[in-house]
Amino acid sequence: MSEIVSEENIQYDAGDYDVIVVGAGHAGSEAALASARMGNKTMLITINVDMVAFMPCNPSLGGPAKGTVVREIDALGGEMGRNIDKTYIQMRMLNTGKGPAVRALRAQADKHAYHRAMKQTIEEQSNLTLRQGIVDSLIVEDGVCKGIVTYTGAKYTAKSVVICAGTAARGRIIIGELRYSSGPNNSQPALKLSKNLEDLGFDLKRFKTGTPPRVNGRTIDFSETEEQPGDPEVNHFSYETPDEDYIPVKDQLSCWLTYTNETTHQIIRDNLDRAPMFTGVIEGVGPRYCPSIEDKIVRFADKNRHQVFLEPEGRDTNEYYCDSLSTSLPEEVQQKMLHSVEGLHHAEMMRPGYAIEYDVVAPYQLKPTFETKLVKNLYTAGQTNGTSGYEEAAGQGLYAGINAALRAQGKDQFTLKRDEAYIGVLADDLVTKGTNEPYRLLTSRAEYRLLLRNDNADFRLTEKGHDLGLISDERYNKFLDKKKAVMDELARLDKIRIKPSDEVNKFVEEHGDKPLKDGILASIFLRRPYVTYQTLLQFIEPAPKPLGRRVIEQVEIRTKYAGYIKKAEQNVARMKKMEAKKIPEDIDYEAIDSLATEARQKLEKIRPQTVAQASRISGVNPSDVAILGVYIQQGHIAKINSEDK
Amino acid sequence: MATTTDFDTIAAISTPPGEGGISIIRISGEEALQVISKIYRGKDLSKVASHTINYGHIMDPETKEDIDEVMVSVMLAPKTYTCEDVIEINCHGGIVATNTILQLVLSYGARMAEPGEFTKRAFLNGRIDLSQSEAVMDIIDAKTNRSMKAAEGQLDGNLSRLIRTLRQQILDVLANVEVNIDYPEYDDAEVVTSNLLMKNAKDIKTKIIKLLETSKQGQVLRDGLATSIVGRPNVGKSSILNHLLHQDKAIVTDVPGTTRDVLEEYVNVRGVPLKLVDTAGIRKTEDKVEKIGVERSRKAIQSSDLVLLVLNSSEALSDEDKQLIKLTDNSKRIVILNKTDLPQKIDIDEVNQLIGKENIITTSAIKDDGTEPLEEMIAHLFFNEGIQSSQADVMVTNARHVSLLHKAKESLNNVISGLNDGMPVDLVQMDMRDCWESLGEITGDSYNGELLDQLFSQFCLGK
Repeated sequence: MSEIVSEENIQYDAGDYDVIVVGAGHAGSEAALASARMGNKTMLITINVDMVAFMPCNPSLGGPAKGTVVREIDALGGEMGRNIDKTYIQMRMLNTGKGPAVRALRAQADKHAYHRAMKQTIEEQSNLTLRQGIVDSLIVEDGVCKGIVTYTGAKYTAKSVVICAGTAARGRIIIGELRYSSGPNNSQPALKLSKNLEDLGFDLKRFKTGTPPRVNGRTIDFSETEEQPGDPEVNHFSYETPDEDYIPVKDQLSCWLTYTNETTHQIIRDNLDRAPMFTGVIEGVGPRYCPSIEDKIVRFADKNRHQVFLEPEGRDTNEYYCDSLSTSLPEEVQQKMLHSVEGLHHAEMMRPGYAIEYDVVAPYQLKPTFETKLVKNLYTAGQTNGTSGYEEAAGQGLYAGINAALRAQGKDQFTLKRDEAYIGVLADDLVTKGTNEPYRLLTSRAEYRLLLRNDNADFRLTEKGHDLGLISDERYNKFLDKKKAVMDELARLDKIRIKPSDEVNKFVEEHGDKPLKDGILASIFLRRPYVTYQTLLQFIEPAPKPLGRRVIEQVEIRTKYAGYIKKAEQNVARMKKMEAKKIPEDIDYEAIDSLATEARQKLEKIRPQTVAQASRISGVNPSDVAILGVYIQQGHIAKINSEDK
Repeated sequence: MATTTDFDTIAAISTPPGEGGISIIRISGEEALQVISKIYRGKDLSKVASHTINYGHIMDPETKEDIDEVMVSVMLAPKTYTCEDVIEINCHGGIVATNTILQLVLSYGARMAEPGEFTKRAFLNGRIDLSQSEAVMDIIDAKTNRSMKAAEGQLDGNLSRLIRTLRQQILDVLANVEVNIDYPEYDDAEVVTSNLLMKNAKDIKTKIIKLLETSKQGQVLRDGLATSIVGRPNVGKSSILNHLLHQDKAIVTDVPGTTRDVLEEYVNVRGVPLKLVDTAGIRKTEDKVEKIGVERSRKAIQSSDLVLLVLNSSEALSDEDKQLIKLTDNSKRIVILNKTDLPQKIDIDEVNQLIGKENIITTSAIKDDGTEPLEEMIAHLFFNEGIQSSQADVMVTNARHVSLLHKAKESLNNVISGLNDGMPVDLVQMDMRDCWESLGEITGDSYNGELLDQLFSQFCLGK
């Protein structure tokens, strides 16, 4: 926004680091913390240190798929889970009526407290420097990234660099006819870095996202809305947060549900000629799963109302976030629109909603580690990679941060596979399939979602976190104890036989089932829908040591859904075989005549690392995969032959 | 998923179809033993030594009926052609039995092998060297172009329409389940309950079963394509019949209770099994010249999938001929102008006018030259134009399609049993999704993106 008076600066050597992270949003915070915790001298540089881990859109974390990502981050030793557990104002488990794979924890955050807590964690982290500044360019020599230069002329050198520029990258805010250069929430944009990336040869895309207006809670008539309180049942994101820390429901803040109506829709329709979405002003591609309200009205004209969730933004503010009213309509139209909604007839708008366009590094230019293919030792994460969402950003930040740290230490890179974590699905989708819109994780993107549950992230990832040095021995041992307790109990239930006693058969018949004739293994008995672990204890001896609720949860899930879990694991095993077939890095796709043209172009562009990855590229058909497999085998055999000679 | 086609278990008939005394069905892959064990009655093949031949029976596990007496070769990896476990079933070689066995193999876990796929595996597993592999590349390369055309060509328009309708029905349900999961607070999507999913699963299963019933390989190859030879007396029906029945191709079945009259005879015409209807009738009317064949023909025509209408080209068209032409107007028919060795008297223009642009064959059944084009045309009609069988408007003609439909049906069975066991909808949908994928492999439409597109086009989502 601000006018640049002078572009002059004199460059100076400002320092040397192992790892530099550019941008301290949700991705950058995780990247920097991971790097520092892995023992690297790390700098986190951001445009405004008062916006570290800021939530410029909705004040909430988690939900389906995303909530699981937060747990994965926690199991790998990241910060997001702990930070939200310190600062939430409401906690809810969604999808409780469904299967275990899709249960989803979601928190409303006190957004200012969230920022403060994260900033403090970063400040207190040894090896980590938090600094304010705008990065103008990268120092790249012979295709290797060696550091950064800021707008004040400071030159920092580093072994590896992670860019998490978010919507600041040539950000442009749009409200009705008004357009101006800006980062999120009217912060400074980063104007020069994008140009520098283009000069280095990167293909940048333009994406768009948006946010709704905020209103003053004092002026909301809550009696016209429906209360949505938190859960009484204890749940946290971090595996480390003790149950007793849980905030009682009475002390949690509620959200409130209201609806748009025909009047709202008419106001919007009357002003579509002023909607940047439809006048061609907005060039960036927006997300389908999070459309603006004007988009919803146009695309779903026959719906006569849409839900609006009013979410408190914190304990020490009256601001309410009007979820589902994301818009870039002119300010006065926004005001009118708000006033037509039940509960908001007299609401004072504190900030208007806006759309923001920003630059994205088209993710086909990344390796599965998030290192760029073009510039060595340079990593990107978060919205810069084309995603949307705090959790997606944090997961990528952690992932890229780990790899940047490993690179700085000269160690092998780290990847997560599709069957190991939602973060792995996200990474693979981005680098293999790319994205034409801001990418959001959905459970349906994960073909093995039954294995990627929010209850077992620790089983999947704690060991990896420990190997990386991000999980303490103490925490790792605790996890091993839990694991042992689960395995022991599963083994025990596989041995105990429940006899067809009168007591058992009375219970069985009460639930409309046929009485037992023969004995039945406890593990088989537990599979019946009406049997829980607790009911099982009526008929069998308790475990030698009393089991915690998280252990019991594991025992129940692993027993009840064993058939489906096994099936998913078989699918994984099949995929692994193809995953094991590596494609040589120097493969020349032009030399394989038999490939279809589209497949050859896609393979050349994405340069997959395994045959499995190649098979997931759209436009690469099974016959192309077969040809590729044959070709690789040919190379392999040719090599063996030449060795023979 | 289309991505897992590598190294699953494949099968194919490895002897030319319909020829020779013995047919071999080859199965290769990790699950080869499992597949054969499910349909083999004899000793436990998982315990026999490698590279042995074992006597037993192939049976349909569902009906417990024996299909054929067989010799099964068990060859375990790595010393086999493909370097994988290989099973070869040597059966009696009739097209009917061979196809039925292949069907069973495909239904119980194997996938139809692509052309050249056994060789490809041999290569991929390091069994064949570089120079040999050039040939493999050619095969696969050729396949790329050919299979695309073939896939399109094979796919009857009605079938693909029906499959797509089924897939859309599944997709609607799946998208709905996904919305329930990913947008739990979204109030405008119907909550997919177990009941709703059950209703859909059963409905789709019924439709798939119906489809399977129409399958040529399944039904026609098992029962034969019902064919009648009609024509007024003395036009040469029986000589044509005899020509079709000549050599060792014919299988004659005695229907109980009819000791003298053989009512049905089977004949294998270039791999197409024909069930010749009322052959006794043909013989009788030829015996007794004065009897009019029309009444008898009417019945035969009604129960036939294919009618061979014989006209005597050495005589002018009679009223009876015209009556028969009219009677067969709605049937798939081949018109045979017989007795071309005699002077032509028939008015060809009149015939053309009456029957329109149709399959006309000229033969002189007395000499051998005439039946070649007839056999060719029958094969053409069957393989390329897909003769409709049993009044079905859609019919499955391809073994790969049949096996995919079986797979889809199996997935639906899993959906149903999962729901009966009280499993949550989002788990049971795994099987629903498998069903959708299998059907998609038939039409070549399997791509995950569809689900998300459906999600976002059908529901107004946005929290």
